Amino acid sequence: MKSVRLLVALTALACSASALADINVGVTLSTTGPAASLGIPEKNTFELLPTTIAGQKVNWIILDDASDTTRAVTNTRKLIAENKVDVILGSTITPNSLAMVDVAAEAETPMISMAASARIIDPANPKTKWIFKTPQNDSLMADAIVGHMKAHGVKTLGYVGFNDAYGEGWLGEMKRATAAAGITIAAEEKYNRSDASVTGQVLKLIAANADAVLIAASGTPAATPHKELKARGYKGKIYQTHGVANADFIRVVGADGNGSFLPSGPMLVYEQLPDSNPIKKVAADYVGKYEAKFGQRSTFGGHAWDAAMLLQRAVPEALKKGQPGTREFRAALRDGLEGVKEAVGTHGVYTMTATDHLGFDSRARVMLQIVDGKWVLEK
Amino acid sequence: MNLQIAALLAQDGLTNGAIYALLALALVLVFAVTRVVFVPQGEFVAFGALSLAALQNGAVPKTIWLLLAMAVIATILELVALARRRAAARAYMLAVAGWLVAPALVAALLWFAAPLKLALGWQVCLAILSVTAIGPLLYRIAIQPVAQGSVLVLLIVAVAVHFVLGGMGLLFFGAEGSRTPAFTDAMYQLGGINVSGQSLYVYGVSALAIGGLYWAFSQTLYGKALMATAFNRVGARLVGISPNFAGALTLTVAAALGAFSGVLIGPITTVYYDSGFLVGLKGFVGAIIGGLVSYPLAAAGALLIGLIESYASFWASQYKEVIVFTLIIPVLLWRSLKTRHHEEDQ
Repeated sequence: MKSVRLLVALTALACSASALADINVGVTLSTTGPAASLGIPEKNTFELLPTTIAGQKVNWIILDDASDTTRAVTNTRKLIAENKVDVILGSTITPNSLAMVDVAAEAETPMISMAASARIIDPANPKTKWIFKTPQNDSLMADAIVGHMKAHGVKTLGYVGFNDAYGEGWLGEMKRATAAAGITIAAEEKYNRSDASVTGQVLKLIAANADAVLIAASGTPAATPHKELKARGYKGKIYQTHGVANADFIRVVGADGNGSFLPSGPMLVYEQLPDSNPIKKVAADYVGKYEAKFGQRSTFGGHAWDAAMLLQRAVPEALKKGQPGTREFRAALRDGLEGVKEAVGTHGVYTMTATDHLGFDSRARVMLQIVDGKWVLEK
Repeated sequence: MNLQIAALLAQDGLTNGAIYALLALALVLVFAVTRVVFVPQGEFVAFGALSLAALQNGAVPKTIWLLLAMAVIATILELVALARRRAAARAYMLAVAGWLVAPALVAALLWFAAPLKLALGWQVCLAILSVTAIGPLLYRIAIQPVAQGSVLVLLIVAVAVHFVLGGMGLLFFGAEGSRTPAFTDAMYQLGGINVSGQSLYVYGVSALAIGGLYWAFSQTLYGKALMATAFNRVGARLVGISPNFAGALTLTVAAALGAFSGVLIGPITTVYYDSGFLVGLKGFVGAIIGGLVSYPLAAAGALLIGLIESYASFWASQYKEVIVFTLIIPVLLWRSLKTRHHEEDQ
């Protein structure tokens, strides 16, 4: 009895001692709500991550923000104030991440977002000094789409996208990219993630008679206009964004998805990459681990893996400059993240600079076609 | 916009409007009989569609566990109430048969029928049955204990039920949406525009349901009992209509209408565990146009909402929801000017 008590006391002591120096990583993900199909694989990925970095114990504190902007901000404040985290990872989607920027910057805590929009790390905003992200910028993907359109003789484009920051971001990027490529945007339509019907928007797109339609949406809600376009007999090319690169989209869109194009990170089709590509090995490692435990891969999980990879790169240096839990450590971590060079992730190769807190080049994207419910690399 | 597009939009608007109309009727009915603004109506829609999707995959809809749990709770509540009243032995047996055995039978039926992958029609019946069975249990557990409370208390309970059922939906069906197969893939040419067989189904079945309700309320004893309760609760009680029975029956009808709408909307759009709320809300706006009392006005209001939504999505897609929900302001203004204000009679 006495020995048990001693053991309990010792364990408690050991825990409290190590807790002082633990690295606390606050994570907020959209594991429920409309973006759940993105958030769940990210959450799964955190279960695959090591519990130590450079010999330090890491606590991954994962909260759900229900795809809701307010909840994401509340989570961020909670993680900073109560859990005293050294770095914030998240959120899954753009509106949430944009709202979190202010909170993270105010608390001088580095943040790595897993959302797409380039506005999250806009270098013109001084607050983004503290913000990094892992998914490809919309602009990189927009260039890939427009390049593909140009090569396939598309002259006019119909646009339908989410009526939120994701859609707005894409519309801006597409306007820029299409203007440079001489493609005119014939129709601009908006819809909501939760809309039951998009007939009105789709009829307008069909009436515009464009060569191709881009659906700027993410997750399964992107299937709504896609299926409606097919049901109304649209014959042109349909482009999706990389926001749909997951198995649930394929399940919901069904046979209507056949023949449509989308840009994606190389992870999704890493088997089809040439062996010379350095991403192939990293992606194979991650996808192997993920699929062994959770089944089908998801590119969104890859963003989480990459965020943790960047952290693993930056932490050892930062540890030399300060103790986890201190302001010095957070600042050193931020500097470390900004100094990352040629870090190979599952989605591309990261080389950060003061003005580019993503650091991708064209190695971070490929064009895919959906063929019989499979992703096929466009050569 | 040419005539063809206008016709297509009208068709789309009427299809959604017909579904909103079913929900608006259910809301008016529940409010009239129980004074509950039935916020969780939309959950029945999602449950109906997602149960059907589960049955399509040969899986047992996990709502049967909810059904069984609710049956046990309702039975306990009922037995305790009977014990307090020192009721006769027969009453206990009836309570167990009604509150425990009947829902258990429904659950068992689903358990055994689900892996058989029956024809679509049977699956639709099973999905509706499984959701309908939740209705009276919900009344017994959540509403009956506070049935004498003010409208505000009842509304708060309804909101709580909405959140509980929404959470359950996430647990049972997962965060991802599903689509169910259409009842028919047929397309008809009607004056130069394509009309899908599915939308004809929606019109026909909605009209049948509304007609059936009208018939039931005017011709059957139970329907008349509900109407009597809605008209005057105390008076109905005096002539021997149990308000609790009326409430349970109302929620059964509401759950059936909700599940029915879910089955109808499933092939038209991707249904998520939380999709029902917005659909229900639009039904509610329709019901508000009818002042939460008039059935024909509520149905007409719901159709109007469907049409406005459809045309708004064509002209100003980014403001669609704003337009639909802003509509409630002039309606409320008009109603408040038109009707004399009177204190709640309790």
